[in-house]
Amino acid sequence: MSEVRIAVYVCHCGTNIADKVDVAGVREFARRLPGVEVARDYQYMCADPGQELLRSDIRERGINRVVVASCSPRMHEATFRQVLESAGLNGYLFEMANIREHCSWVTEESELATHKARALVAAAVKRVRFHAPLEERYVEVNQKALVVGGGIAGIEAALKIARAGKKVWLVERGPSIGGKMAGLDKTFPTLDCSACILTPKMVEAAQHPKITLLSYSEVEGVDGYVGNFQVTVRRKARYVREEDCTGCGTCYQKCPKKVPSEFDGGLSHRKAIYVPFPQAVPNVPVIDRSNCIRFQTGRCGACEKFCPRDAVDFEQEDEFLTLEVGAVIVATGYETFQPQEAPQWGWGRYENVLTARQLERLVNASGPTGGKVLLRRDGEFTDEVPKSVAVLHCIGSRDENYYPYCSRLCCMASLKLAHLIREKTGAQVYSFYIDIRSAGKGYEEFYTRVQAEGIQFIRGKGAEVLERDGQLYVHAEDTLLGAYREVPVDMVVLSTAVTPAPGAERVAQIFGIQRGQDGFFLESHPKLEPLKTATEGIYIVGCCQGPKDIPDSVAQGAGGAAEVLSLLTAGRVQISPVVAEIDAEACSGCKVCVPLCPYSAIKYDEERGACGVNEALCKGCGTCVASCPSGALSCRHFTDEQIYAQIEEVSSL
Amino acid sequence: MRRYWYYPGCSGHASARDYQRSVALISPALGLDLVEVEDWNCCGTTAMTSVEPRLSVVLSARNLALAEEAGGRADLVVTCNSCYAILRRAQEQYARRREVRAEVDEALAGIGRRYSGTVRVRHLLEVLVRDVGLDALRERVRRPLSGLRLAPYYGCLLGRPRNDFEDPEEPLSMDRLLEATGATVVRFDRKSKCCGGALITTHEEAALELVREVLSEAAAREARAVVTACPMCQFNLDAYQAKVNAAFGTRLRLPVLYFSQVLGLSLGFGASELGLGQRFVPVGGVGKL
Repeated sequence: MSEVRIAVYVCHCGTNIADKVDVAGVREFARRLPGVEVARDYQYMCADPGQELLRSDIRERGINRVVVASCSPRMHEATFRQVLESAGLNGYLFEMANIREHCSWVTEESELATHKARALVAAAVKRVRFHAPLEERYVEVNQKALVVGGGIAGIEAALKIARAGKKVWLVERGPSIGGKMAGLDKTFPTLDCSACILTPKMVEAAQHPKITLLSYSEVEGVDGYVGNFQVTVRRKARYVREEDCTGCGTCYQKCPKKVPSEFDGGLSHRKAIYVPFPQAVPNVPVIDRSNCIRFQTGRCGACEKFCPRDAVDFEQEDEFLTLEVGAVIVATGYETFQPQEAPQWGWGRYENVLTARQLERLVNASGPTGGKVLLRRDGEFTDEVPKSVAVLHCIGSRDENYYPYCSRLCCMASLKLAHLIREKTGAQVYSFYIDIRSAGKGYEEFYTRVQAEGIQFIRGKGAEVLERDGQLYVHAEDTLLGAYREVPVDMVVLSTAVTPAPGAERVAQIFGIQRGQDGFFLESHPKLEPLKTATEGIYIVGCCQGPKDIPDSVAQGAGGAAEVLSLLTAGRVQISPVVAEIDAEACSGCKVCVPLCPYSAIKYDEERGACGVNEALCKGCGTCVASCPSGALSCRHFTDEQIYAQIEEVSSL
Repeated sequence: MRRYWYYPGCSGHASARDYQRSVALISPALGLDLVEVEDWNCCGTTAMTSVEPRLSVVLSARNLALAEEAGGRADLVVTCNSCYAILRRAQEQYARRREVRAEVDEALAGIGRRYSGTVRVRHLLEVLVRDVGLDALRERVRRPLSGLRLAPYYGCLLGRPRNDFEDPEEPLSMDRLLEATGATVVRFDRKSKCCGGALITTHEEAALELVREVLSEAAAREARAVVTACPMCQFNLDAYQAKVNAAFGTRLRLPVLYFSQVLGLSLGFGASELGLGQRFVPVGGVGKL
């Protein structure tokens, strides 16, 4: 090894670091560390002049190891590696000390922050001495893509990829694509009909020659890596053969079993064999096994008898497909807060307390009342129109007891519903709100319009809904009046929070996506990489990442398609050389590591009597390294020597 | 017998003597050995909380320290919802807030005591439902209260602030306990609403309205009696019922019992030994089941 000549750069990150950490002090400290030739501090190391400092020191001062003390390596490690490469130095002869997230951002105490920054810099200097050059590798990218979730975001993504000529599989868990948007009546702020703008896209997705729609299907597992994923999909038994069914609807007309309709929020009934809504795509019914008389008792079979195409097949079984794709878009959407968890708002107790999603069905012409807003009595709709309706914003949102975040779309959705109720019934409508958040193109104008329509806006969150002598009352503190109010109404609409979809945890596990504190999927950078995830080649779009309205979901769907297309079009992708390696001489062939590898990257080679690592599959997690009893395994860039050097130094200060 | 330290609270020795009596009667029958903490003091409730919040925590901490010193790693059982909330708050603040801990330590050191934060504060209702268990309760019922319609009134403090025992909006432990006695538990939307608490002495009008809300719903649901787990709730609903009738022109006549008394009836104890005679609205037929 030639003489080690280290350069250390301490970044101010504007005031992000320099406010807490004494950067000049850390620089002077670093200057005196063994092997350090150059030590500098600079405002923004990631900016062009900062990068240029590195380059010129490497060229002119013979620097062959670099330490940058700045932000998280998740942010800029790749940036600085490229700078090294551009100056002719291998990018792995570099180490980052995180003195922002790990120091300045997490304490108020300057002295402690500076002390820790010194320790981290010293550790990085000690470690980088043992770094070795590593070569990046490239793999081919499979030219097909997978989109998971057939809501508006997923549909948009699939269409955009398909229109670019790439093959797409669109997997949807439910019997039909369309997602939550299919259940809406009108869309804010333009009040265009949701179905009218959505159904053409659904049909195009189903008919596009480059898209294969797998409805009523779920992803069970993902293997492989960016550019080369193998995805296992379970096609759940529909008990109706898609290729034979014409969608005539005889089966569900004849089916004798009624079940509350999920699509109508329980306000109407569907049959045990059903399509969730008339415009479903594909227009192929599915049998809900747990409610089917034939499956539960062996009798009935009406659907089978009456089907003119013999498409009903009670013997059908789940099928499994393996798809080979280069990239994946996850668009698994959201759910809404289930208000039975919060009985203070009366949902489930009083039948004229509805969720916003239920009201969407009431005002919809194809809904259970044919578009009329009617009161219910004893579980049935009456002819009676409410004379007063309260719309309660922020139910479950912005609430420490449930979901602390703002659900973002419900202010506008509530305004829209207030407008529709007023328009259809002439009722006095009260809107109970904390703040009206109408940030979006044309949104504030819509708010003004609704105000002018005579909706009563009460600034105060609806605290509870109680019934007294057969009358519903909304209790709230009117924060403009400074008074407690009890407002009698005939009907209450709860704008419930947007929450992660059920099963989000499992989806995250399958695709290697992290989740934020609130359970939504985590993007790899909140501003600059909003669609990428911690796993390369897996992208997230729409509400699975956080609450979004339709325009934002569509924009993200298209954005996800752009990510996928830039990956596919490049044709090859760089993969990290940080992988495990096995010293075959030292390997005893005990195979302890084989089942431990989460990526199935290790195979035992009978002939050599030793294990071997498939570098394309290995993610460098190090599990095998820690398990190897004979010390034959090591992980590049995380060798014992490197790690011990770092630990020793950081703990000696 | 399971050993617990017992903290009756001020009302246990005053307005809620009947509550305490019924507890003393039923607990041995259910295998509970409740031993009163010696030399306990006020938990530091309402008045103290609003005037001297820190001293309120110290007062609570002294009680917790006494229970700890008494040893045996036993839990501290309380029967008053306010004591429950106040003692638990002291415990929480001591555990979470450095400055509170320092103050409490200093104050207790001044009287030669020490609190380490280990004792668990529990409501008797929780002990009955979780430690004794509903199955065991059901087995010991000798006189099922069949046909008796009861409104379970938890008050506002049992599940507030949020704790590991009860739900703030839809508590169910007392529902289950009363069902175990064979009684019919009515739906009761106001089961965890406020009874007015100490406002009854300072803002009577406001408090009476709250009392009316609670009692009116119980009457509308055709309950024969309201069952509480808190001396303050019992007092407000019972002692002020006549005033509510006078103020609002209602004709409410709902006896207000403690869950321990109802349980006692089902276990076979007599109405008078359970203290059922000591109330403003007579229990009438309810006690004769």
